[in-house]
Amino acid sequence: MSQNPPETRPEAIRIENLHKSFGTLDVLKGVSLVAREGDVVAIIGGSGSGKSTMLRCINFLETPSSGRIVIGGEEVAMRPDGSPVSRRQIERLRRRLGMVFQSFNLWTHKTVLENLIEVPVYVLGVSRAEAVERAGKLLARVGLAEKSGVYPAFMSGGQQQRAAIARALAMEPRAMLFDEPTSALDPELVGEVLGVIRDLAAEGRTMILVTHEMKFAREVASHVIYLHNGRIEEEGPPEALFGDPKSERLQQFLKSVS
Amino acid sequence: MLEALLDAFPTLALLAWEPPGWGANLARGLVNSVQIALGAFALGLVIGTAGAYGKLYGGPVTRDLLAVYTTVVRAVPELVLILILYFAVTDLVNQALVSFGYARVQISGVAAGIAVLGVVQGAYSTEVLRGAILAVPSGQIEAARAMGMPPVTLARRITFPLMLANAVPGLANLWLIATKDTALLAIVGFAELTLQTRQAAASTKAFLTFFLAAGLLYLLVTLISTFLFARAEKWARRGQRGGQA
Repeated sequence: MSQNPPETRPEAIRIENLHKSFGTLDVLKGVSLVAREGDVVAIIGGSGSGKSTMLRCINFLETPSSGRIVIGGEEVAMRPDGSPVSRRQIERLRRRLGMVFQSFNLWTHKTVLENLIEVPVYVLGVSRAEAVERAGKLLARVGLAEKSGVYPAFMSGGQQQRAAIARALAMEPRAMLFDEPTSALDPELVGEVLGVIRDLAAEGRTMILVTHEMKFAREVASHVIYLHNGRIEEEGPPEALFGDPKSERLQQFLKSVS
Repeated sequence: MLEALLDAFPTLALLAWEPPGWGANLARGLVNSVQIALGAFALGLVIGTAGAYGKLYGGPVTRDLLAVYTTVVRAVPELVLILILYFAVTDLVNQALVSFGYARVQISGVAAGIAVLGVVQGAYSTEVLRGAILAVPSGQIEAARAMGMPPVTLARRITFPLMLANAVPGLANLWLIATKDTALLAIVGFAELTLQTRQAAASTKAFLTFFLAAGLLYLLVTLISTFLFARAEKWARRGQRGGQA
C-alpha cells in the first residue's frame, strides 16, 4: 500500500474471456481487459488481429459469442449464445460510452451543432438550450467554435473527426472508445486529432483506444495490449511493451510498423 | 388579340368558364384528379414506408406477404386492378353488409379511387423506399446505435431523413404516375379530368380543342410538380456536396 495504489480506483470497463466468431472464423479467442477510471488502454496489433472487434464488443456493436462484459460495475446480461437479453440495458450502457469511429460517421444531414445536440436532446432529455450551450463549449475545446453551423461534408477529415469526438463527449460519457480514429486521415491532419485525444487523456478520462499510431500509444497509454490472431500476445505498461518487448511476434510487429 | 384568336379558332370559346363553355367542368375534373392523386400518393407513402421497413426488418412471414403484395400488384395492369378492386371489392363489401343485415352502401368515387391507386402506389413506394433505406451509409446508423438511440428514434431522426434524399427522385416519378393514373378511373365512371374532357368533346365534337386543353392541364400539373420536387430534393440533400438535381 504505497502511494495511491491504482486498485482503489473503481472499474470502468471489464472484459473477461471474450470469444467472438463470424461463422467458422474465430476472431477473438478469449481476451480479457480491465480499465479502471482514468486508465488509457491502447490496443495494438496487425490487421485482422481482432482489435477493432474487441473494442466493438464492449458496446455490443458486435455481439460476442461468449464471455463477460461489465460496464461501470453493471454486467451485461447475455444469453448462452452471447446475444444481449435486454435491448434497453444495452442502450443504457451505450449512453455511458462515447464511441469515435475511423470514418467519423457524423450525420450528414445535420450541422455540426445539430450533430452534437441530437442525442442529448432526443435521447437523454436534456433541454435544448442547455445542450446548445454545452455543445458550444465542446466545440470551442476541439477548436471548431466557428464551425457549428457547417455541414460535415464541408469540413476536412481532421475537423470532422474532432467534431465526432465532441459529439461523443456531448453525451458526458464515463469512458471513450476510439476505433482507429486517425486511420482515415491524411497524414497532415493526424496531429490535430491526436492533440484532442491527448488532452482528454491528460484530464484523466477513461479511454480505450485501438490505434496504429505507436508513438502516440506509447505516449498517452497507461496500459498497452498487443493482440495477435485473436489472443492477447503481450500486455503491460507502454515502456515495457515498446521498450522491451518479450514476444517475438511483438518484436516483429513493432519493427514492421516503425 | 383574344378576339383574333377566337376568330381563327372558334372552338376555343367552348373552353369558357360559364356554360355553354365547358371550362368549369374541366376545372372540376382537374381538381378531382389532383385530389385523388394526392390521396393515393399519400396512402402509397404510408403503405410504402411500412412495406419497406417490413421487407427489411420484418419476420419471414411479413416478408413473404409483402413479396406477394409487391409482385402481384406490380404484375397486373393497373386498369385490371382498378376494375377488380372497384367492382369486385365494392361487391364483396356490399354482400357482406347485406348478409349481416345492413343496407348496401354506395362507395364514394373519391374514396374508392384513392384506395385503389393508393394500393398500386404502395407497391412501387415499398421498393423505392426499401432501396433508399439500403443506400443510407451504415456508419451513420451505427453511430446512432453506439450512442444508445432506441430504434424508433433512430428511424425517425436518422434513417428517415437520410433515406429521403435517396428516395425523392423515385417518389417524384411515382407522383407523376399517380397524376396520370387518375385518368384510368374514367373507366369506372369517375368524373376526373379525362372523363370530363371526353364528355365535353363528345357533346361539342371539338375533340382537338378539348384534348389539347386536357393535355395542357396535365402538363401544367407536371411542371408545378417538377418544380416542387426539385425544391424538396434540394432540401433533402442539405449537407451533401454536389449531386444536385
